[in-house]
Amino acid sequence: MINNNNDNEKGIAEERGMNKIRISFVVMTIFFTVLSSSTLASNPPPSKGDVLPVINLSIPKNPDEKAYLGLSGAGTFKIPQIKAKVVIIEIFSMYCPYCQKDAPRINELYQMIEKDSDLRTRIKMIGIGAGNSPYEVSVFKKTYHVPFPLFADKDFSIHKLLGEVRTPYFVAIKINDDGTHQIVHSQLGDFQGAEPFLEIILKASGLR
Amino acid sequence: MQKKRLSNLIMIAGVLSVFSFIPVAYPLSEAFKENIYKVGILKPIDSVLKVKVGDWAPQFTLPAVSGEKISLKQYQGKKNVVLSFVPAAWTPVCSDQWPGYNIVKDIFDQNDAILLGITVDNLPTLFAWTNQMGKLWFPVLSDFWPHGTVAKKYGVLRSNGTSERALFIIDKKGIIRYIDVHDTNKRPPLEDLVNELEKLKR
Repeated sequence: MINNNNDNEKGIAEERGMNKIRISFVVMTIFFTVLSSSTLASNPPPSKGDVLPVINLSIPKNPDEKAYLGLSGAGTFKIPQIKAKVVIIEIFSMYCPYCQKDAPRINELYQMIEKDSDLRTRIKMIGIGAGNSPYEVSVFKKTYHVPFPLFADKDFSIHKLLGEVRTPYFVAIKINDDGTHQIVHSQLGDFQGAEPFLEIILKASGLR
Repeated sequence: MQKKRLSNLIMIAGVLSVFSFIPVAYPLSEAFKENIYKVGILKPIDSVLKVKVGDWAPQFTLPAVSGEKISLKQYQGKKNVVLSFVPAAWTPVCSDQWPGYNIVKDIFDQNDAILLGITVDNLPTLFAWTNQMGKLWFPVLSDFWPHGTVAKKYGVLRSNGTSERALFIIDKKGIIRYIDVHDTNKRPPLEDLVNELEKLKR
């Protein structure tokens, strides 16, 4: 505080100067605190026990993909509307080296599920291309012969909802009979291979 | 009076923090683990182009990560050339650009084009960084010394010594046919480049 009884004008001016510096320091501290918290304020990454944020995806035009997901009509759908007990979601990018490297092994996972008459109706897989345009998603699909439906997220809006995770990121949800769902597994990278990954999903979802 | 000034300053800081820190969304590949330096939001473009579509492309020779020296001239009459300048190694958007080009060699081949990746980083840095991308089919060139000479010639050297995120298509005659000095914070969509490459055939 400034001492108004001090009759030394120079002293007052100096003290004001010091106060200005102190105030600036306080303001800068507040500024950086707000700044760092605002960058942390985005959605948290999906984690076990949570529900997915509401994500609208376009119903695929391809009839095989539409049938695979058990969807009909046109427009959009939400992931828990997929006709399955478990949905495995891969957040990928055409531009991501690990997504490229893992692609054949993720395809193996799909084949393994499809070959099992019990699992093929109960587990479905989709991929979401973070920051990828439909063209970029189609390049990835074509290059790696990805057999399951892939969706574009050109403006990163889904990626933001999912906590801006690094890629590849895997999320599995279990869909209950009443239409509600929970995340039963989530993992960043480190794809273990088709068989061990499927084991984890089966155990986490209680399917087996 | 002091209180009023303080509250004003806090208000200004609050307003600034909201406007200056809208988080950037970009997917970071797990391939780079925690090694990507966060640059925040940068001025979209911070240089003035010195060439335009229709100009002869300025000639250059630069060292490549592979150890060879690459000259633009060596492709004249043989290949269309795409120059992909990216700002810097180990930064968010750049790390997610060339790995995409790495899986579309077929598109470049179909359009009789070669890709030259260029940054102003030195060779050891480029070596370590591009190693994380897997084996690249295209040369990666270092415009490190004299610093940013080629970037400067094309007018894509930013005021902080990095380059713009810029694409140039140079035809077999050596004429610039397409320029995209992109917002440095964003990756240029692949389809834009492919469309422009396909135009060369028409």
